[in-house]
Amino acid sequence: MNVNLLKPNKEDLSKYLMLGLGFLIIGFIDIFSNTFLNFNITSFFPSIISYLSPLILGAFGLHLIRIEYSGNKTLDKINKNLNSSNTNAILSLIVIFILIKYVPPLLNWFFFDANFLGSTKEDCTGDGACWVFVRVWFNRFMYGMYPDAEQWRINISFLVLFSSIASIFVLPQRFKKYIILFLLFVFPIIALNLISGGIFGLKWIETGAWGGLSLTFIVSAFALIFCFPIGVFLALGRRSDLPAIKYSSIGFIELWRGVPLITVLFMSAVMFPMFLPDGTYMDKLMRVIIAITLFEAAYMAEVVRGGLQALPRGQYDAAKSLGMGYWRMHFLIIMPQALKLVIPGIANTFLALVKDTPLIFVVGLLELAGMIGLAKTNPKWLGMATEGYVFAAFVFWIICFSMSRYSQNLEKKLSTER
Amino acid sequence: MNLKAFSIDLKNKKRMIPQVLTVLSILLAISYFTFNAQVNMDNRGIAFGFGFLTQEASFDIGFSLIDYDGSRSYARAFLVGLLNTLLVSIIGIFFATLIGVTVGIGRLSSNYLVAKFSEVYVEVFRNIPLLLQLFFWYFAALRALPLPEEAINFNDISYLTVKGWYVPKFIWTNFSIFIYSVIAAIIAIIFVSKQAKKQREEFGKHIPSFYIGIALLLAFPSLSFLIGGVSLEFEVPVLKQMSATIFNFRGGVSIIPELMALAMALSMYTATFIAENVRAGILGVGKGQKEAAASIGLTKAQILKLVVLPQALRIIIPPTTNQYLNLTKNSSLAAAIAYPDIVLVFAGTALMQTGRAIEIVSITMGTYLLISLSISSFMNWYNQSVAIKEK
Repeated sequence: MNVNLLKPNKEDLSKYLMLGLGFLIIGFIDIFSNTFLNFNITSFFPSIISYLSPLILGAFGLHLIRIEYSGNKTLDKINKNLNSSNTNAILSLIVIFILIKYVPPLLNWFFFDANFLGSTKEDCTGDGACWVFVRVWFNRFMYGMYPDAEQWRINISFLVLFSSIASIFVLPQRFKKYIILFLLFVFPIIALNLISGGIFGLKWIETGAWGGLSLTFIVSAFALIFCFPIGVFLALGRRSDLPAIKYSSIGFIELWRGVPLITVLFMSAVMFPMFLPDGTYMDKLMRVIIAITLFEAAYMAEVVRGGLQALPRGQYDAAKSLGMGYWRMHFLIIMPQALKLVIPGIANTFLALVKDTPLIFVVGLLELAGMIGLAKTNPKWLGMATEGYVFAAFVFWIICFSMSRYSQNLEKKLSTER
Repeated sequence: MNLKAFSIDLKNKKRMIPQVLTVLSILLAISYFTFNAQVNMDNRGIAFGFGFLTQEASFDIGFSLIDYDGSRSYARAFLVGLLNTLLVSIIGIFFATLIGVTVGIGRLSSNYLVAKFSEVYVEVFRNIPLLLQLFFWYFAALRALPLPEEAINFNDISYLTVKGWYVPKFIWTNFSIFIYSVIAAIIAIIFVSKQAKKQREEFGKHIPSFYIGIALLLAFPSLSFLIGGVSLEFEVPVLKQMSATIFNFRGGVSIIPELMALAMALSMYTATFIAENVRAGILGVGKGQKEAAASIGLTKAQILKLVVLPQALRIIIPPTTNQYLNLTKNSSLAAAIAYPDIVLVFAGTALMQTGRAIEIVSITMGTYLLISLSISSFMNWYNQSVAIKEK
């Protein structure tokens, strides 16, 4: 009977296992009683040791059960993934303890102590989040100040947009071209007229009333549609061998890429009207969309340029040897291949665009984050900032996370196809 | 005229026409906009010029690194804003690098929990717009801190309250001598490491230049304390009663909540991108490299230092600099929570007061452009110098 505490071995597996698990369990009991019962079972130690006691006990326990090739599958798995060395053991314990300490209060705040039902702030009696705030303001968060009776117009526009994007994937190859052309040239006009109204007996709704999450989508969708062709031409310009075109493209791209979006928005709001002929007025939302379009076009140009650079020279030579001119070569041979290469890059640019749209609040347009800023200063709903921003963060997270996953999948798929 | 000259002429024409058209249309657009701007400014009775920069600014700025009050000029206010932008960018870059490298290495850890934890961190913070994170920290998290009289106390020297984080102030005497001693130490370290390299390459002698360097870095500044007449005192913040119900801290340095929120949001957001770069860089070093290094008998530390890191850094540094640039540009979100950076002070307050939209927006954009272009040209130079020289 020799149990060497510093060097666990395989022969006395069960003894070490019992001892190690014992220490581990004491450590966990300590942390549980500390967290949930407010009772420190190791308070007889000096304060710093008492504070670290679960960690020390747990680490020692894990050290005892670290026996290689023990023959027990579960134990081997734990040792391999969580307990391969003393450092790893301590890191695992720290992560577990953080989870034990902070996840239950968070869950309580989110669900168990939260209030979901009601219509005023007074209905929120629990200690947790007041989701009543989000419920009451939900319509505003989605549509801004857009009149309730007219909201179907926004819904239909987005329904058309999403269904036509979806049909690109479903319909056979030969229809794709038409849908893309529809999206690029016809859809923007229809959507703009439908949402703003003023024709066909639709009520005119000024852009100041647009807002909420739908505004985020409107701005990013229009900016994406417009910035794409500009970006393609800028990328071609940057690779042109005509110096005047090359350097003006470089200048344009680097100018926009070198400044923050917020200053571009400031420019569109205060400086741009000075450059228009006296007496003309351009809608604020229009100016913002133009500003974001030009800004994103510079980034798009760099993405497309990456695709152009990745194409082998042989493609150019082959096209030229068939007697194709510059434009025919680029639009029939080069661009289709280059764009296919950079689809993930385009998706990432769009992701960045969606994440940038909340910035339009600096010029007074209220998309989701802006509406929450407005709602939290409402005298009846003071102190609801946390709920509001958590909700907005959640909405944006779902959108951005699914998009980034999609672009990652695309990247994988495209990289294996080649 | 012979045929060859004609064909060159034709080719030139084909090359010239689009260029001339581009230049002409750009010039036309610029002159059209300038003409409109001229007319608009004439109508409002303002003349284009940068003379206003020397006028009295007559507004106060809440947080400043240099002496400033309302009687100073607009140029001084611009400088205050620029310094505040640079301050938050440097703090943000420091912490973003720290968190980013930790999380990036964590994602590759053999420890399942650590790897998963790092992954969740990256996926959560990367996919929430920076502005929302900033609002969350400023309006939700930092507003929940206690009032000064119930401050969170760190060993009686530092206090965290809803009004800011109070830390001790360093009061130096003969600070310049201390700085000189640090510079002297750095020069000595460079000299020693050069000598050590020479010794190693010529005679094969190994000199522990790293430990000598640390010793030098400690020795020179402590000498400056002992014989250079340098001394350092701390001014600890103390809680004072301002009126019957209002308490606040006096003394020390107050780190305002705007700065804290901005630095936190910027560093936590940018750290996710840096983490991905670090991960890609480490994964990018081929397995064969490590095995080859191990097979010639290098230790684990030597493999990391001499084989993996130099190659990984070549992959990591270019995109990471890009992230640093993004962080600097993103610091302009300060305007959203009223941290007095260059956008808020200059493109906000100063513009409102003077109405000189064109001049002020151009100066602000020009400043950012200058920062971006200088960093990116430095990086291009650096990249070329570390690029693999193919024979």
